[in-house]
Formats: sequence, C-alpha cells, structure tokens
Amino acid sequence: MIATLRAPGLVRGFAFLLLGIVFCAALSIGIRAAYGYDPTIDSESILQISMIGAPLFFLVGIGAFDYWFYWAAGKPTRPEDHSSHGAKSWRDYFKVNTDHKVIGIQYIVTSFFFMFLGGLMAMLMRAELAAPGRQFVNADTFNGLFSMHASLMIFLFIIPVFAGIANYVIPLMIGAPDMAFPRLNALSFWMLPIAGIMMLASVLAPGGSFASGWTAYAPLSIDAPIGQSFFTIGVQFAGASSIATALNFLVTIITMRAPGMSFFRMPLLVWANFSTSLLVVIATPFIAASQFFVLLDRGLGFNFFQTAGDAGGNVLMYQHVFWFYSHPAVYIMMLPGFGIVSEILAVKARKPIFGYRMMAFSLLAIVLLGFTVWAHHMFVSGMQDWIRVPMMLTTAIIAVPTGIKIFSWLATLWRGVLKMDTPMLFALGFVTMFTLGGISGVMLALVPLDIYVSDTYFIVAHIHYVLFGGSVFTIFAGVYFWFPKMTGRMYNERLGKIHFWSTFVFFNATFAPMHLIGVEGMPRRVADYAEQFATWNVIISFASFGLGLSALIFLYNVVTSWRTGPKAVANPWRSLTLEWQVSSPPPVFNFDAIPTVVGGPYEYGVPGAVHGVLKDTEAPTPVGSSVGSVASSTGGH
Amino acid sequence: MGEHRNRATAKRDVPVMVAIGLIASLAGIALGLAIDWFPEQASKQAEPIDTLWDVLIIVSVPIFVIVCCVVGYSVFRFRQQPGEEELDGPSIHGSTKLEVIWTAIPAVIIAALVVYAWGVLRDIEKAPAQANTEMKVVVHGVQFAWTFEYPGLGTGGKPIKSDQLYVPQGTSVKFLVKSEDVLHDFWVPAWRMKIDAVPGITTSYRVTPTKLGSYPVVCAELCGLGHAFMRQTAHVLTDIGFTNWVSRKNMAAKAPAAAAGGDAGAGGGGATAAIDAKKLFAEGNGTATACGACHTLAAAGTTGSTGPDLTKALATATKDDIREDIVDPQKEIAKGFAGGIMPPNYGDTLSAAEISALVDYIYDDAHAG
Repeated sequence: MIATLRAPGLVRGFAFLLLGIVFCAALSIGIRAAYGYDPTIDSESILQISMIGAPLFFLVGIGAFDYWFYWAAGKPTRPEDHSSHGAKSWRDYFKVNTDHKVIGIQYIVTSFFFMFLGGLMAMLMRAELAAPGRQFVNADTFNGLFSMHASLMIFLFIIPVFAGIANYVIPLMIGAPDMAFPRLNALSFWMLPIAGIMMLASVLAPGGSFASGWTAYAPLSIDAPIGQSFFTIGVQFAGASSIATALNFLVTIITMRAPGMSFFRMPLLVWANFSTSLLVVIATPFIAASQFFVLLDRGLGFNFFQTAGDAGGNVLMYQHVFWFYSHPAVYIMMLPGFGIVSEILAVKARKPIFGYRMMAFSLLAIVLLGFTVWAHHMFVSGMQDWIRVPMMLTTAIIAVPTGIKIFSWLATLWRGVLKMDTPMLFALGFVTMFTLGGISGVMLALVPLDIYVSDTYFIVAHIHYVLFGGSVFTIFAGVYFWFPKMTGRMYNERLGKIHFWSTFVFFNATFAPMHLIGVEGMPRRVADYAEQFATWNVIISFASFGLGLSALIFLYNVVTSWRTGPKAVANPWRSLTLEWQVSSPPPVFNFDAIPTVVGGPYEYGVPGAVHGVLKDTEAPTPVGSSVGSVASSTGGH
Repeated sequence: MGEHRNRATAKRDVPVMVAIGLIASLAGIALGLAIDWFPEQASKQAEPIDTLWDVLIIVSVPIFVIVCCVVGYSVFRFRQQPGEEELDGPSIHGSTKLEVIWTAIPAVIIAALVVYAWGVLRDIEKAPAQANTEMKVVVHGVQFAWTFEYPGLGTGGKPIKSDQLYVPQGTSVKFLVKSEDVLHDFWVPAWRMKIDAVPGITTSYRVTPTKLGSYPVVCAELCGLGHAFMRQTAHVLTDIGFTNWVSRKNMAAKAPAAAAGGDAGAGGGGATAAIDAKKLFAEGNGTATACGACHTLAAAGTTGSTGPDLTKALATATKDDIREDIVDPQKEIAKGFAGGIMPPNYGDTLSAAEISALVDYIYDDAHAG
C-alpha cells in the first residue's frame, strides 16, 4: 500500500488530488479569515480555488514532474535508460509515459471517449427537439447540453485527436526517434483528461452545468452559477495542453527531421501540423486570456465586462479576444485534416500530390489569413460598422487557398488507380462535404446575408458541415488509415464501409435540412421552437439517431479488430512515407538507425522511386531498387 | 465492369463530365431557386437580401457540382480493377497553367461577390432621403422580454411604452437597441435585419416595413434560461391605424390607475371571474411568458424547474406577498435560485385583473395542502 502510494501513478495522483483540495480549502479559509469576510468557510470559494490548484497536485501525484523534482533535489535522474518508454500492457497507458506512440494512443482513445459522451449529449438534445414544447429536459439542462456538447467536441475531441494522430505519426514520418520534449509531451496529455473531467463534473455543480454556450459570452457567463467556472478553468487546462504540444511539434519538425528531409520533402501531414502548431502557439493564449478575464470578473470582481452602474467594463471586448482565438481554432481543427487527406489520396490514388508546393503554401496562406477574419463572427454584435467590410473581404478570400487545395486533390484523383477502401471513402466524403461547408462559409462572409442568418440553424448546419463533414470525416479516414500501424492489426473492411455509408447518409439527412430551417428563421440554442419547424425537426432527430448508431459500428470494428484482427504487415498500403517502412507497430525507438531521405514523399508512378532509405549502408540509387525499402526492424516488443 | 478498361484514353472523359456537370448544375440551380427558403418578405431591406441569396445559389451550385462530378467520375472511371493491385497512376506532379486558373477564377468570383454584397449592405442601411420622416423606436431587452419605447409620441412629448411592437407601414423606422442585463438580439425574421442588444452601448438598424400584419419578434442571442421564450409580436399598421394606436395609448395613460388601483385589494371580484387563471398560468396571455414555463404548480399541472415550485414555496405566503413576487420579482429571491431570471415586467404585460386572478389562483393551490 505504502509502496503504491509512493510510486508515481493514478493512486498517488488521487491521493495528491485530495491533498490539493485540503490545501486549497485551507488557503480559502485562511484568506477569508484574514480579511474578515463572512462566512469564513465559503464552499463556492473553496470549489473555485480547488479547481485551479487541485489538478496541479494531481499532475505532481501521477508523476508528470518527477524527473524535474529529482533533478531539482540533486537526486540521480534517469535520463537515458528510457524506462518510461513504450507500453508493455494496457496498464502502461494509465501511467505517465514519454513514448510518443503511447502518448498518441492515449490522446486518441481519450478524445474518442469524450466524443462518444459529446455525441450522447447531441442525442439528448435531438430527443428534446423532436417535437415543439417540452419533452425530457428543462431549459436549464438544455442550455447545459449544447454548451457541453460543443465544448467537449471542440476542446476534448477534434483538437486533441488530431494532436494524438500527429503525435503518433509525425516523428515516424520525419524519421525521428521521438518528439523533441518527451516529458513535456506526457504532461500535455495528462492535462487533457483533467479538462474533460472538469467540464463533465459541472453537471454536479449547484445551479447546474455551464449553460452559456461554448462561446461563454460575457456578461451571461459572469453572472452564471458556479458551473460556469468548470468551463472557464477547464478550458485553461485544455489550452495549456494544446500550446505545449504545438510547441513540441514545432521544435520537433524544425530540428529533428532525418538527413535529406528538406522542408519540401516533408509529407503534407507534417506541413499541415507545422501550420496548425503555428496557429496554436499564437492564437490559443487569447482564449486563455478571455477565460482569465471571466474568471477574474467572476471570482474577484474585476469588472472587465461589467457595465452596470459605473463599473466601466466593455462587453464587446470579450468577443474580440475570444474570436481572435476561436476563429483560428476552426483552422486548428481543419488543417491537420487537410494533411491526413493529402496522405490518403496520394497513396490510394497511386499518384503524386498534384501541385505539392502550392499545397504547402496554401496552408501557410490560411494560417496568415486566419488571423485577419475574427470579427466576421461579430457582424451583428454591435461593433463599429466600418470593420465589417474588410473582414468580409479577408474571410471570403480564404476560399482561394482552400479552393487551391480542393482542386489539387481533385487533380490528384484524375487518372489515378483509385483503391476504394474505407480510408479513401472517408477522404472522398470529406472532399465533397467540406466543399459544401466552405460554400456556406463564403455565404456567411457576406455581411447582408450574415445579418439575417446569424444565430440561426444555418450556422449550426455550416459548422457541422465544416467540423463533421470536414474534420470528423478526416479523423475517421486517418484512424482507419493508420490503424494497422498503430495496433499491428487490420480493421474489418466490410464494417468500415458500412460505417462510412451510414455516416455519410445520416450525416446529410441530419444537417442538410438545417440549412433550410435556418433560412426559414429558426434560431439556434433554443429548447423550444415554433410549430412551423416541427416536421423538419422530427426528421432531423431521427436521422441524428441513425448517425449516433453508425458511430457504434466504428466502435465495434475498432475494439474487435484491435483484439482479434488479422496481423498487419509493415506496409499494407504500399506507401512511400517513412512510417510505413518500419514494422507495425513500430519498434520502441522507431528506427534502428536514423533513415536518410532521398526523394519526395509521393513519387507514385515513378519507377523505382524511394522517399527514404533506412540503412545508411545502402547507397541511394534512384533507379532499379524496389519501391520503399525493407523494414529494418521487426517486432516492437 | 468488364476487364481492364483502357486507362490511357482520357480524351472523351472531359467532355462527358462537362455535359454531366452542366445538366446537374442547371437542375441544382432550378431546385435551389424553386425552394421557398425565406419567411414572408415584409420589409424594404428584405428584397436585396433575398436577391443576394438567389445569386449565391446560382454561383454556388456549379462549384459543388464540379467537385462532385470530378470525384464521382474518377471513382467510376479510374477505380482499381481486379488485377491492378500493383498498378500506379501516371506521375503527374502538377500544372502551372491549371493552378493559375484555379487560383484566379475563384479570386475573381470572390471579389465580385464582395463588391456586390457591399452594395447590398449600403442599400439596406441607407438612411431615408428626408431624415425627419424617420421614426425612432427604443428597444429595451431584459431577461426575458422586450419593451418598446416611442420617444416624443406621448402627450406632452413624453415617450410611449409598449410591450408589443407597433409600427406604421412604409415608414423607415430606426431601432435603437439597448440591454439592461446580458446580450440579447433583436430580430424580426420577416424584416431580415438583426442586431445584438449590448449592455453599456446602444446599437441600431433601420427597417421600412412594407407589409401589414403581425410578425414574431425573436431573441436571437443566447440570454439565459428563458431565451427560447423571449418572443413577442411586431404589428405593422396603416398610417391611420398607427395614429389611432398612439392616441389610444395616450388616452389609457391619462386614465391609468383607475383599473389597476381599483381592484388591487378586491381579491376575487367580478373582474377576475372571467379570466381563466389556470390557462393564464400554463400558457400565458400571448404577451407575458407563461408562469408554468418555469414554475411547478400542482393545480395547473406544470412542471417547470427553472424557478421555485410554487405549490411548496408559497405555502405560508400571503396574497400580498404573491402579488409582490409577480410584479417585483427581484425584491426577494428564493433560496437556491439566482436573481435576475424572472422577467421584471409582469406588472406591464399582465392586466391588473389578470394579476389578481393569478394571485388568487396560486394562493388557493399553495394553501390547499
């Protein structure tokens, strides 16, 4: 017992968590007593301080800081034995682990866990909305459901699952043994479940969960019950995790590429991740700031956003700071998907990516333009009039680099040899559905139309065509594509195809009609609606239940294939990129010897083309050798 | 799907695809224009916005069709056939000409749309030629109701206040939108325009109603528990009808408290007998949000939990307490509930007789058990 408590792990983590709560309670009581505030023991104050402090204790408890503490205390550290690398049993996934492949799996599984919960909340909402009037939940619960649905899907699913896929794949793709900062990588992951569990726990808060939307607009979020704080503080942990990971990716990609891997020999997923990480490190501090403002207003009466009397706050400032992150966040949630689709289309169409350099430059163009458009979320917010026109222009112009990408994907398909398996189906589903989301995005950029459809179901339709038809389709595509590499087993192709078609059909049946009811005038974020929208809403609800069930096919396929699927060979897709040149799953340190990159990543159709060679004894010969070199190592464990 | 089709001859592919694309685009545009998208077009501002939508449909459909055609045709024509498992496509790396084309054409379309939309924006926000003909209405948003104030229309230059919006047909109306608590958004879908009500500043837009009738006023910005119920009605009247309404309002203001003060203490007098208090409690009166939307009351069969359960909470309350709770809900907040949620304007949205009827009705239920 004592030994378990002393060893880093979940047990010590929870012990420290309790310790943290006691410490925070003492802090609250001590300060209140010193100031003579009444009552001295204020449960909300204790809860609020605990939410900030106790998770830090938990992180210390599970051992995220052990190495640094050893070092600081002058004790012998364990720098080079890599004892915390690799996973030998499922239990290792519940510990602090510094192996990027373990962390990648931790990320992906955790974020899918929150995806299923977020999806369940969507099902509850659709059940409530199946008919006008009140069915199952009251207005308070309903507002909590859509707030939590969006928060979980954005901060705990789409953003981290891309970080998870990249965590697993990027070091392999660039020929690196791990990420640049493995311990920071582990710390980044462990902040994620904290954020998610905190947001979920808000349902237990007195006064209900946070219910001011994922946007948490002030002053509604300032006056809301304590449940709001679970979002305000939860976002800080998700954001810190995101920033630290992005920094890690940037350093890894800049400094740890294999010899010969110039920037323009990087696979496009690496480019996409590089661009995303730039967005994250620049933009994410802004949402942290916006939520700190809210926290200070709520907890300490700072009046950033309080206007009553002569408080002097400014409500619109919240929206400016919030959207300065949250618009780039849309690209944070989309660019990695662009990368995944580029990988899959090239491999599955057996052709080089059409216009590789423009594909890379268009990513950077989106990064740059992404910072100039935030106020298009505020066309009806009452901000100064003149800024609307330049924001309309920059917003619409993003369609140009995005269009370059879509047309280049189409040209990649043309005259290829298309292998129509599950990853390819999802990638093609993405290309078509994302185009629709992009088109409605251009519509929304145009101020006069936006004035009318803002805050209606048209927005709900648009965001889901971008984030579901866009991001989630690429996530499914990527998970199927790299499933053999990550698990060493093949998924069930037939179930995969059923999953795709049911998702594709029910996705459209759910979200396409929302365009219509939005333009007809149905506002979003309402538990009740006018009789005229009843027919479409019941259709949408049933379609959404179908969409929910289709996700279970995926779950079943993944679980059974992971346990009993046929063993995967090193390179089942005949891909050229480096991650496929090692065994499935890869060895603990990825490569026995750092590979040398000798050509582009997508030279399909070029006889004898090679992207990288794994044994530096073999001289790179452009002609004659077989496609992709032999895996240099087999058997990871 | 026979044996290997000849992959090399792609000569006919493009014309066939263009033909399919043209037909699909025309069908798509026809469908897009045939759908009745919008609610009634009841303002001058609605026309250019609806036209912009039609233009967007015409521009958008072919773009979506191009993408779907290329994807669909490629899948049909170039998919891997049995025996082609080891086959690769041609190693085409790009084409500067194509890339210039698909950068330039979308850029031109985008630029044209933005210029057009800017024109529409100026059009819908243009002030009337004679500024003095414009009417001003101050819109106050509070959780969870709108109040409309007409500066200068009352007797002696005082403002008129109303819980329903009345405007004359064909006159440009400038709405000055304010909020007293959180963000709201003043939206009449039939008029298309929308703006947030922001605490601390006054926002505005103008609308020229063109059609007589009644239209829903909707709060479009999440404002808390009662957001979905923050609905009122906008009435567009003829000029004469509006003048009549103004003078009726002024008459009522002159002889005010007679009704209100008169039966305040009278309890269940004759005036209240005609009012169905149960219906009023459960469904509201069309202006005031129903009590039952937020409150549980056994007799009315409502189960709202946003506010206190009245059957239990008011067991010891007097009739005067209940009356005060209705007209001045912020004065005393029940334990465990947040203040600022119940609309503060029931004193305006309910008639004195209706309030008395409700007080009796709630009192009887709360003291029944």
